[in-house]
Amino acid sequence: MGYGELWEAAHEELLAAALATLQLAIGALLIGLVVGLLIALARLSGNRRLRGFALLYIEVFRGTPALVQLFIVYFSLTAIGIEFSSYKAAVVGLGLNAAAYFAEIYRAGLEAVPKGQVEAAKAIGMPRGQVLRFVLLPQAARIVLAPIGNVAISLLKDTSVASLIAAPDLMLRAQDLSAVYFMPLEIYVLVGALYFVMCYPLSLGVRLLERKSANH
Amino acid sequence: MAVTHPLVRIEGLHKSFGSLAVLKGIDLTVQQGQKISLIGPSGSGKTTLLRCINFLEEPTQGSIYLDDRLLGQREVHGRRVPMSDAELARMRAEMGMVFQRFNLFPHLSVLENVILGPTRVQRRTRAEAIEQAEDLLNKVGMFPKRDAYPEQLSGGQQQRIAIARALAMRPKLMLFDEATSALDPELVGEVLQVMRRLAEEGMTMIIVTHEMRFAESVSDQVVFMADGNIVEQGPPRQIFRESTVERTRSFIRAVQEH
Amino acid sequence: MDPSALAKSLEMLPYFLKVLGFGALTTLGLTFAAFVVAAVLGFVLALMRLSRSKPLNWVASIYLEIFRNVPILTQLFILYFGLTYVGITLPAVGAAILGFGLNGAAILSEVFRASIRTINRGQAEAAYSIGMTRAKAMRLIVLPQAFKVAIPGMTNFVIGLLKDTSLASAAAVPEMTFRAKMLVSETYQTNLIYFLLAIIYLALSLLIAYGAARTERRLNVVEER
Repeated sequence: MGYGELWEAAHEELLAAALATLQLAIGALLIGLVVGLLIALARLSGNRRLRGFALLYIEVFRGTPALVQLFIVYFSLTAIGIEFSSYKAAVVGLGLNAAAYFAEIYRAGLEAVPKGQVEAAKAIGMPRGQVLRFVLLPQAARIVLAPIGNVAISLLKDTSVASLIAAPDLMLRAQDLSAVYFMPLEIYVLVGALYFVMCYPLSLGVRLLERKSANH
Repeated sequence: MAVTHPLVRIEGLHKSFGSLAVLKGIDLTVQQGQKISLIGPSGSGKTTLLRCINFLEEPTQGSIYLDDRLLGQREVHGRRVPMSDAELARMRAEMGMVFQRFNLFPHLSVLENVILGPTRVQRRTRAEAIEQAEDLLNKVGMFPKRDAYPEQLSGGQQQRIAIARALAMRPKLMLFDEATSALDPELVGEVLQVMRRLAEEGMTMIIVTHEMRFAESVSDQVVFMADGNIVEQGPPRQIFRESTVERTRSFIRAVQEH
Repeated sequence: MDPSALAKSLEMLPYFLKVLGFGALTTLGLTFAAFVVAAVLGFVLALMRLSRSKPLNWVASIYLEIFRNVPILTQLFILYFGLTYVGITLPAVGAAILGFGLNGAAILSEVFRASIRTINRGQAEAAYSIGMTRAKAMRLIVLPQAFKVAIPGMTNFVIGLLKDTSLASAAAVPEMTFRAKMLVSETYQTNLIYFLLAIIYLALSLLIAYGAARTERRLNVVEER
């Protein structure tokens, strides 16, 4: 059987699994964006314990492999009684992982807004809340867009790790199909191509964003 | 040995960046031992002209001859073909260039900056190169700092070392690209002094500068450029005091009002 | 938590540390070997991208796009099965080193390219002005400076690589994560073992970051003015 015939036979399952992968990624992305914001606020807060916790969180999630984090969420938590399906564990685990990166991106974005902007706003008598709303956040938002895009693409690729805790994603489907068709190389190449098709447009989009923000 | 041909001959030089024409047909000759100043408003093309002379910019059209040899290109069956990198490097070694931003090599000490060219490019012995370097550093007044690193030195000091670095290659010709424009005013004098000494020793020099009094006192020829053309050329007195060309006069008037 | 169970767990601690320790050696070895492959290939790719030859630019760009838009786990599987297909039987470790190296080359080439480009043009031009060819200028002036600038990027890469080696556990390479999985199936001490595993990874990545920061500081010339 060649690639063509293989695709004919397997494409429905592969595409369904690709969709599951996308859903996994989007779920993790949303969790990451929200939790990341909370961590970033804790990091920048005046409360020393909150700050310490945030720093610890970021250090731990960025200093350990995503796979190990998934193991802990899935296996360790089950061992103390919290039940997760492997899919849910993957969404939560990858989301918490991404949150650490997003927290740093948010912080860098806020710090990248020139101090003069805040000073000018204060000089016309704006209270701090308004400075944040009208001056800091809009400018920071433009700065963080591209880095967030990059993390999102990594997240999409990292969903493949979920297959190692048997979460139903594209790579897991690939394993099953290799056993069915006895053509592992061809299956994984097709899967690779599917990932490429999902990620490449995002890469181009992020690069466009990077170029646009560089022009400011 | 009597040298009858000019050291530098520029014929019909055009240079465009994309659709922007910066040099629109330059003809210029520089005799050995001459000091030529290029003056003019920003955008006149004087820096571009200088950079074409050592082929840091490639001409769009026209020829540049160094010592009667075509620079940067070769004639093959009547057609112009780019010169090899090695050949071009060899020709560049015969000219010295001093940049506005000095461009000393930050990862090397002052002495190492000056001996790098002689040892690595000209393959002279290290001992000989050091001896020459110390001599040159002495000449520019930087001998005590020979083991320092560029970032520890002021702009004026760095620029003087840059001049020593260029001279270490024993060039036939020195090019100065606004050598004092990036310096604090009180440091300009020490660099101009080195340049003046060099001129008095007979070095051929092409100087792009805004320092009008310096240009007037040091040059044999002053070239006034505007909008990519040479507007007027002649001895300093003619350009600075007795010009009959309106464009030249208005420029000289404007700069002297400062 | 049951006190006797806790005691039992702690009793096995030295054993766990020993086994994980051996795994850590494999992890570090794998990381180092893959880094070397990635650095050499990545450097070549960076030069290809910077060169004036359009075909070379293209080939390098295509390589980069493929390796950056496909998950590394997929790449490892393709490499592993692909090699068997072509008749080469590499041990799993070898395939892992190659796979991480090829993927890493794509990432490092961007780090190298960016760091070369931050060395301003004036440096290269000054080198040309004393008669250096492009090659000499690159070798003596641009690259030494670019190397220093590239250290943070390279450090980030190595730490990422360290974490990615955990994926080699899927191919039964006896690195740390694989050993941890085996220990868990042996003893069911899930929490303790994975906790230890995480701590060791954390310690290793902090060590690498620290080592790199010290190297960077020592390479930076005297700062007094």
